[in-house]
Amino acid sequence: MPQQPAATPDEAGAAVSEVFRAERMTVLATLVRQAGDLQVAEDAVQDAFAAALVAWRRDGVPRNPAAWITVAARRKAVDRLRRDRATAERAARLAELRRLADQGDAEDTSARGPIEDDRLRLVFTACHPALDLSAQIALTLRVVAGLTTAEIARAFLVAEPTMAKRIVRAKHKIAAARIGYRVPEAADLPERLRGVLRVVYLIFNEGYTAGEGDDLVRADLCAEAIRLGRLLRELMPAEPESGGLLALMLLHDARRAARVDAVGDWVALTEQDRSGWDGERIEEGLAVLVAALRTRRPGPYQLQAAITALHVRGAGTGITDWPQIAALYARLADLEPGPVVALNHAAAVGFAQGPHEGLRLLRPLLDDPLLRDYRPLHATHGDLLRRAGDPDAAARAFERALALGGNAVERAELERRLHRMR
Amino acid sequence: MARFMLLLYANEGDEAERAERWAQMPLWNQLTEGLREAGLLVDNAPLHPAATATTVRVRGGRTELTDGPYAVTKEILVGYYLLECAELDEALKAAAALPTASFGSVEVRPVMSPDSLPGPAVPLAGPATPPTARD
Repeated sequence: MPQQPAATPDEAGAAVSEVFRAERMTVLATLVRQAGDLQVAEDAVQDAFAAALVAWRRDGVPRNPAAWITVAARRKAVDRLRRDRATAERAARLAELRRLADQGDAEDTSARGPIEDDRLRLVFTACHPALDLSAQIALTLRVVAGLTTAEIARAFLVAEPTMAKRIVRAKHKIAAARIGYRVPEAADLPERLRGVLRVVYLIFNEGYTAGEGDDLVRADLCAEAIRLGRLLRELMPAEPESGGLLALMLLHDARRAARVDAVGDWVALTEQDRSGWDGERIEEGLAVLVAALRTRRPGPYQLQAAITALHVRGAGTGITDWPQIAALYARLADLEPGPVVALNHAAAVGFAQGPHEGLRLLRPLLDDPLLRDYRPLHATHGDLLRRAGDPDAAARAFERALALGGNAVERAELERRLHRMR
Repeated sequence: MARFMLLLYANEGDEAERAERWAQMPLWNQLTEGLREAGLLVDNAPLHPAATATTVRVRGGRTELTDGPYAVTKEILVGYYLLECAELDEALKAAAALPTASFGSVEVRPVMSPDSLPGPAVPLAGPATPPTARD
């Protein structure tokens, strides 16, 4: 391979970082297919990047760094497979890898099709429903997003060895239980796609929930989720729900900074300082949402994004379209029935048709065993009672909500509301 | 003649214990050969560890998968199927179709293939590698 003169450590390091960011997933995804084993492929890719750092400092950055990494990773995979007896169909894998390695150059990357398939394969394998949800999340961040185990452990407030064990166990199960490296068949795709989107949204929520943990690490988690959302939308352009999820995350994330004020108190959407909103993110979120809605195949994420978009517009114009929001929640409850959606529907109806109508819908939820200790239920109950002119009952509901814990910011807001009732 | 199933139970042991057990391979081979020569053996195989299991239940028409071997304590082993599948999904689909999945559970556990058995020459405990030296 033609080389340039030796690079400075900084140049080589920067080039390695750049290729890692841009190409790691593609190289890994293809190598998993060729080597037939996630662990072998991941270790080999890691070896290749480590080797690049040394070689590029010595010999200069190659003209095609991505191809260099691909070739090096394949050779490292051959070395590892030779030593690893436990890999299924090892002999056949070795022969194929050796053939590719002898060929020397990278696979033709001008044909985008198979590469995209490999990246999708990687996503669907990491989110396979036979893996525990916590393992799906960890594995997605590890192999799809390329985070280190230490970073994932920090973000989820878990000890690093615990997280390492979770990831190793998941990879071992994929290999031993023969979880297929492929995109699900058409019949299984809707359900499996829902699983993938859920993993990404859980990662986002983990980062978005204010309070616990290091705020910066948490913001990174949101950024990773959005990056994953963009990837899914790019890989599955025909699936409007991937656009719906991306729009939902962008519209929430755009308002992250404005959620708490200068002294850390929670700020209601209607009172948020809109100069703290990220206008570019909102524009992008709205554009992605409109494109998804145009397919006329609505789904839960598109509906939630549409509701969020109406809230954002309402905060901008001072007039929130509550009847429309209530209608969207009703639709959401049809598609994805659940107590939390029912609660949000009741709250929206409380604004659209008045507190008494909202209370009528909310009361049955008070007996729901899944919601009994759900703080927002009692906070919403309190608000509806206050507006219905029953301050004593409202105070009791706010006290109930306070008794259920929550982070400091949320508690301060509830204290304020309770105080106003007295 | 009647058929009998011998179900082997053991704790999974730590790395050293597992290595010790795999070192007993010659004894296992001798016993297995003896049963085969006596015309008693139909089939036998070690299973991958419990952590590789997937439990399949069908409730309300929906297939629920659990990562691990979590049969409810009241559930007892009532039968078995040994399948040869291209991959896990195929086995999970077959498991979900069994009536037992709708009122009990079906544990899908991969069987170790002979070529992945750690032989005496490789004193490595099973295919699991320790969660160190990663990252």
